Amino acid sequence: MIRVEGLTVTFARGTPLEKTALSGIDLSVAAGEFVSIIGSNGAGKSTLLSALAGDFPPTSGRIEIDGMDVGRQSTARRSARVARVFQDPLAGSCGALTIEENLALAAARGRTRGFGTALRPSRRATFVNRLAALGLGLEGRLSDRMALLSGGQRQAIALVMATLAPSSVLLLDEHTAALDPGMAEFVADLTRRTVEEKGLTTLMVTHSMRQALELGTRTIMLHEGRIVLDVGGVERSTLTVEDLVRMFRRQRGVDLDDDELLIG
Amino acid sequence: MSAIAFFGAVELGLVYAFVGLGVYLSFRILDFPDLTVDGSFPLGAAVSAVAIVGGVDPWLATLAAILAGACAGLVTAVLNVRFGILHLLASILTMIALFSINLRIMGRPNVPLLNQETIITPFYDLGMASYLVRPLFLAVLVALVVIALAWFLATDFGLAMRATGANQRMARAQGIPTALYIYVGMALSNGLAALAGSLFAQTNGFADVTSGVGTIVVGLAAVIVGETLFRSRHLWVLLIGVVAGSILYRIAIQLALSFDAIGLEPSDLNLATAVLVALALILPRLGKSGARA
Repeated sequence: MIRVEGLTVTFARGTPLEKTALSGIDLSVAAGEFVSIIGSNGAGKSTLLSALAGDFPPTSGRIEIDGMDVGRQSTARRSARVARVFQDPLAGSCGALTIEENLALAAARGRTRGFGTALRPSRRATFVNRLAALGLGLEGRLSDRMALLSGGQRQAIALVMATLAPSSVLLLDEHTAALDPGMAEFVADLTRRTVEEKGLTTLMVTHSMRQALELGTRTIMLHEGRIVLDVGGVERSTLTVEDLVRMFRRQRGVDLDDDELLIG
Repeated sequence: MSAIAFFGAVELGLVYAFVGLGVYLSFRILDFPDLTVDGSFPLGAAVSAVAIVGGVDPWLATLAAILAGACAGLVTAVLNVRFGILHLLASILTMIALFSINLRIMGRPNVPLLNQETIITPFYDLGMASYLVRPLFLAVLVALVVIALAWFLATDFGLAMRATGANQRMARAQGIPTALYIYVGMALSNGLAALAGSLFAQTNGFADVTSGVGTIVVGLAAVIVGETLFRSRHLWVLLIGVVAGSILYRIAIQLALSFDAIGLEPSDLNLATAVLVALALILPRLGKSGARA
């Protein structure tokens, strides 16, 4: 489904600020796999997701999705195959537009946008069903502006938006990190249900070791732009948060200064 | 204020309503502060005046004006999107360039259209007073454009354009090639400004190279007065608000100028406009802190 070969991303190449965010990543993700990605700040987690989404072309290496080389495709072109939820709840939807307008935008992802009415009745019916399934009472607020919703509500809708149109890959970039604990739990649970229901191939960046093990079928750890750990199956099912933290510490060769990792 | 002065103000308001709608597209929908309209308004006037004097069918001449304006908007959009020039600066560059271009098109600063066949001429024969024919004719045109815009902005394509202006990052993630939508939106916006210029020339009987000065402020005045008076979630109400704003603004100006006691002269128009727009921006803030501009 996803095939990454020798992916290297260097920012500000040829300047004193040159920074290699990813150096030679090889990664192959099978259809239906749910990979959680951990690593310290600056390890390259978000860069990996952004590279997959198409925010910048690889400095070198290859990105294949569905057997197609997408390395040079723009974000907009790639979005037919790649759905995405951002960390910032404000980034994933338009506050100035209504809930149903945001959903209509997402429903047309990957298709040519023509001159049919965006809010057609068939779409509205789908929106009501999908929102009702959230259990947040949002199905009665279709014509409310998105800006009126809380961060958690917006993130839940962002998840619905990511799955309204078909896609090959779902990218989640710390999508629960900016939420309060209760809502983070809700969105995490919603993520699990959605991914299982739709059998989506998913990559999820997270700061929380616990979430990395609880969600998904495989976990990889990045360090300084390389994959340093890749566990799945039985090995992963016996892994505890403490094990993961120990491995993490060993990789860094220093004491953990990131309390969040332990607490999360 | 006499009836003729009143209908004259309404007429001018309706002409500039097209500018208001264009400015609404650039400023509000695309979030693209665009001063190009100061150049595309006289461009529309120049193109259609020269074409009409040259014997071209006035409707074709008007269409040519719209297309010329759209090209001007496209130039600004390309300077900004493709070459990364700040939007305000990009639009100022196009505007300045258009001043020379408009002089080239006309060959002189002013082209009179007296006794020429314009798109309004046939309607003068209907037997109504000419000071009524013009606003009625313009009102029909404005209504058609408002309906078309309201429809357009509610389509998948139009909605994508609104998303482009509201949140580009999200728009791209949803598969919207934002550059395309900025090009189309800016072309539409300046096409409307050029249409206004063309109608101005045809209703007033001349095209003048200096007629574009302050067009953007008049357009903004229409948008802001409209938004202040017509608060609504519905886009079509807001569009009607822009038209109403443009007319009310003209009537307010006409009133101010007609009161001898204030001592205003026609040359004080720009000052009065600036004060009015500033007031419309400040007053809502005084009522409620945290109001938006």
